[in-house]
Amino acid sequence: MDGGVGYVDVDALKATELRLGLPGSDEPSEKPPPPTTTTTTTTAARPSKRSLDEDRAARREPSEGGRATSTRATKAQVVGWPPIRSYRKNSFQAMKTEAEVAGLYVKVSMDGAPYLRKIDLEVYKGYKELREALKDMFKCFEGCKGSEYAITYEDKDGDLMLVGDVPWEMFTSSCKKLRIIRGAEAIRGLGSSQ
Amino acid sequence: MVRGFGGAAAFPDEVWELVFSFLAADADRNAVALVCRGWHRIERRSRRRVFVGNCYAVAPAAAVRRFPEVRAAAIKGKPHFADFNLVPTDWGGGAEAWVEAMAGGWPHLEELRLKRMVVSDDCLELIARSFKNFGVLSLVSCDGFSTAGLAAIAANCRNLRELDLHENEVEDNCLNWISHFPESFTSLVSLNIACLEGDMNTSVLECLISRCPNLKTLRLNHAMPLEKLVSLLQRAPQLVDLGTSKFSADHHPELLSKVESTFAGFKHLKSLSGIWEAGPAYLPAIYSVCESLTSLNLYYATIQSPELLKLVSECKNLQRLWVMDLIEDNGLIAVASSCKLLQELRVFPSDPYGVAPPISLTEHGLVAISAGCLMLHSVLYFCRQMTNAALLTIANNRPNLTCFRLCIIDPHTPDYISQEPLDAGFSAIVESCKDLRRLSLSGLLTDRVFKSIGASANRLEMLSVAFAGDSDVGLHYILSGCKNLRKLEIRDCPFGDKALLDNTSKLETMRSLWMSSCSVTLGACRQLAQKMPRLNVEVIDERRGRPLESWPDDFPIEKLYIYRTVAGPRSDTPPCVWTV
Repeated sequence: MDGGVGYVDVDALKATELRLGLPGSDEPSEKPPPPTTTTTTTTAARPSKRSLDEDRAARREPSEGGRATSTRATKAQVVGWPPIRSYRKNSFQAMKTEAEVAGLYVKVSMDGAPYLRKIDLEVYKGYKELREALKDMFKCFEGCKGSEYAITYEDKDGDLMLVGDVPWEMFTSSCKKLRIIRGAEAIRGLGSSQ
Repeated sequence: MVRGFGGAAAFPDEVWELVFSFLAADADRNAVALVCRGWHRIERRSRRRVFVGNCYAVAPAAAVRRFPEVRAAAIKGKPHFADFNLVPTDWGGGAEAWVEAMAGGWPHLEELRLKRMVVSDDCLELIARSFKNFGVLSLVSCDGFSTAGLAAIAANCRNLRELDLHENEVEDNCLNWISHFPESFTSLVSLNIACLEGDMNTSVLECLISRCPNLKTLRLNHAMPLEKLVSLLQRAPQLVDLGTSKFSADHHPELLSKVESTFAGFKHLKSLSGIWEAGPAYLPAIYSVCESLTSLNLYYATIQSPELLKLVSECKNLQRLWVMDLIEDNGLIAVASSCKLLQELRVFPSDPYGVAPPISLTEHGLVAISAGCLMLHSVLYFCRQMTNAALLTIANNRPNLTCFRLCIIDPHTPDYISQEPLDAGFSAIVESCKDLRRLSLSGLLTDRVFKSIGASANRLEMLSVAFAGDSDVGLHYILSGCKNLRKLEIRDCPFGDKALLDNTSKLETMRSLWMSSCSVTLGACRQLAQKMPRLNVEVIDERRGRPLESWPDDFPIEKLYIYRTVAGPRSDTPPCVWTV
């Protein structure tokens, strides 16, 4: 049967690649590999060197049945998982958090940009749309091509957090403002998290 | 010796109708209808209940025409995975076509049950106007309507017995819809409004309850404060099924004793739910009814373990328990020793996205239940760790399981002791539990588990698979086995074209197949659709705007929904859905 070990490994390899891009952002390709559902995000894009080696080792000795290698992505949050009724989730989580304000407008600042913007988080369904919107919004401020950036936000406790770690709903309820960090600071920030 | 149909024809139709009336199961009535033209005619004219598992499987007009004397209809719309936001909100499942057809063809309709459908206020108004003897309206997991629509139902359905609104998304634009029940209205037996968000006018509700002496089921929403709840409940001591509103308030000895005496007044209470935000102050007031309870739903009760343990230990006659994982292993061990009549257990995660689990709920709790509760047949269990050994023990303890849904919260989680896949454990479940009808898999699983399922799960009707398997072989095992499979839903598995195309005829024996984030290409869908004209092959893709015709064969499908139908492709597909 085709598919099997080789196929799954390619996918996992991609997920554990050492890159400086934002977690969850894929290079565009004509034939996207079958997606692990939309808006997949991973926790802090720490250098997954260890994972890469593990993966190579796994492929050298293929385990019987082709053990799924995406255990490395265990911290990935995906749409609709765990399978909890969205109705129940809304009710229960709504009880726990404070009352929602109509329209979740937050300020967005970008390093080097002369003025800030404001966006309504409720308009977006997930991280992918948010990133695209921010990219569009700040297109004119992008300096040299290919400069790296990291999207961060300030949460309820005042801490600066990397966007993409927590489920979308959790993010929108705790995000107070967004900040796009560019250039060397962004790279340093990504490299230094454990 | 049977004389042949000459003898049978001597009986008037009414005799056969009476004989057929003893056949409750639709499958039996369907079989009867195939015997001969005479029986087909008699059966269709006398069928009173119709169940449509997929609203697009048959045209509403055809159903209404075939069974002209229907009194009770149940219809389901969206695929099950719509519950987890995997189905686009505009996918379909609109109720208008059905309600319009029924309004025209079934004027004597008394009961209507809709699940996962989009029901507009216009629909509700049409229902309210069209059926003179309308008695039961049940809307489960529906959306698209508001309390204004409910007002129309209240105002016009003079003989309404049951209004069951279960987990719907309802817009609140008519605050006093309850007051639309006329003063002369007294027939209510069951009222479930737990899913409504808004405040209720308590005095109007009290009035309604006071004048409905047959009221047996009352499930309120969380908005009503405890003091008002108590005065309301004092009007209905005959209740059998109660869903309370908020169960917390500032501590007040007078209120506490009122709550206690109200609950002590319930002599017939069997089912308890709601108990939103229960605080330790008022919870003990429930103890007086515990022993008579057969069903307890603590899903919304944010009670912690010690109080939970105490509460459920009092419920010696419990048959159904829905609870949060706050009950922990200790609580489940207590349930296992106290609730010997338990049949159904559901344990939900209180913190599903939490990374570090502070909750001490593991496989041990479920093992204890399986050992102590001999009548247990239905399980839904969310946890973070599992072992093959535990599953084996559960399988051996409870071969009478009919429904086993295990959700290990992190995908691909192996047996945490041996680091092996959980193939052996789930295989044991399907091999031991011969009557298993519903199964949900989770954890690290290879193709081997599917081999066991395909071979052993002969009674399995519904299978849910996520993040499992290695290749097409897995899907092939399922589709070539599982004789009674009706619904298969798969997400994020490496299953692709070959298994689908090798088992095309199987798909017509099933109600539906859902596959999302798998490895199916458009070419396979095209081949499948061409080969099987009585299947609707729906490709769902929210990413692209171009029409399906321009995509190449090797284009990977994001989401796929295949279902058998005699109605042909539907005409109400939204932009993100293409019927291949």
